[in-house]
Amino acid sequence: MSLAREFTKGFVSENPVFRLALGLCPVLAVTTSLKNGVGMGLAATFVLVGSNVIVSLIRKGIPARIRIPCYIVVIASFVTVVDLVMAGYTPELHKNLGIFIPLIVVNCIILGRAEAFASKNGVGRSLIDGLGMGLGFTFALIVIASVREIIGTGKIWDLVLLGESYNPVLMAILSPGAFITLGLLIGLFNLIEQKRS
Amino acid sequence: MDWGTLIAISIGAIFINNVVLNRFLGLCPFLGVSKQLDAALGMGFAVIFVMTMASIVTFGIYNYILEPFGIEFLRTIAFILVIATLVQFVEMVIEKTSPSLYRALGIFLPLITTNCAVLGIAVLNIESSYGFVETVVHGLSAGVGFTIALILMAGIRERLELADVPESLKGVPVAFIVAGLMAIAFQGFAGLTAG
Repeated sequence: MSLAREFTKGFVSENPVFRLALGLCPVLAVTTSLKNGVGMGLAATFVLVGSNVIVSLIRKGIPARIRIPCYIVVIASFVTVVDLVMAGYTPELHKNLGIFIPLIVVNCIILGRAEAFASKNGVGRSLIDGLGMGLGFTFALIVIASVREIIGTGKIWDLVLLGESYNPVLMAILSPGAFITLGLLIGLFNLIEQKRS
Repeated sequence: MDWGTLIAISIGAIFINNVVLNRFLGLCPFLGVSKQLDAALGMGFAVIFVMTMASIVTFGIYNYILEPFGIEFLRTIAFILVIATLVQFVEMVIEKTSPSLYRALGIFLPLITTNCAVLGIAVLNIESSYGFVETVVHGLSAGVGFTIALILMAGIRERLELADVPESLKGVPVAFIVAGLMAIAFQGFAGLTAG
């Protein structure tokens, strides 16, 4: 598989959220606004790239039986870095994302890529894979967050989109809106995939 | 601390801030194990058990090891390792002491390590600076809340098998829409502790 293909597969054909239905907890929890969605996406991308590179570097030195705990320690270290950096430089975003920053540790996308990809491939390919999957995850967050923020508040990224006369549907940014939006979007992606094949 | 606070924490964790429907934790098992009622029951009880144990253990780790030594930043690493070890340990103990319980819960136990609800509740306990009893009550109630949501979902999905669902919405999408409708119902509990 070419490097370009390795990078782009995370966006549509193997999109972690819409196609593989992985890492859904943060997807629903932080997509109340586009800002939070982008922040979460980039934090997860950083952890994914970092852990993929390290796992790929040490893949030959780890005994097979204890590989999962080793991966988890690597991932947890990167999550701690992100947690502290965000607390220092973007305190507001850090507060909004709350417990979902430490919970990046148990995001199945990250452990999934370490196990399924980085443990079998070289450093370069693992880096590209991590970047592609991370940005695919971010892309999914952006789509869901945009839908919810526009319907729920009539604004996007502080920009008033639908004007004064629009009556915001508050439900979209509450928890039911998260479930229903994601359900319909996965359905839409399935429909697109069916039409293509 | 009095009974009133504990009851408020308990009702809050079961209904108002339901782990699955309001906090969005533990969605993977919520979708994966909600196809049959029996499996949902087994998973629910395993989660209640592990969540309570994990709350107790992480409370001890945080307050007696991490905090006295000033290494709170290691919280994430320490908690996830402790939970993974705890799940393994619980599995071994149950296997030795109660084979029938092991057969009932067995396959669900390893899955719980990756259940973000367990780590999430442990972190929430610390962030809400709960005392020991409050921590135990919160962990237990969150587990009960998870189990209720899971059992309701399994009941609905068993019926859904017979329904005529559009092709592209089959499986995960329709499960999310059902969860959304359940979340609307659970929003109704929000007024419970307002007074």
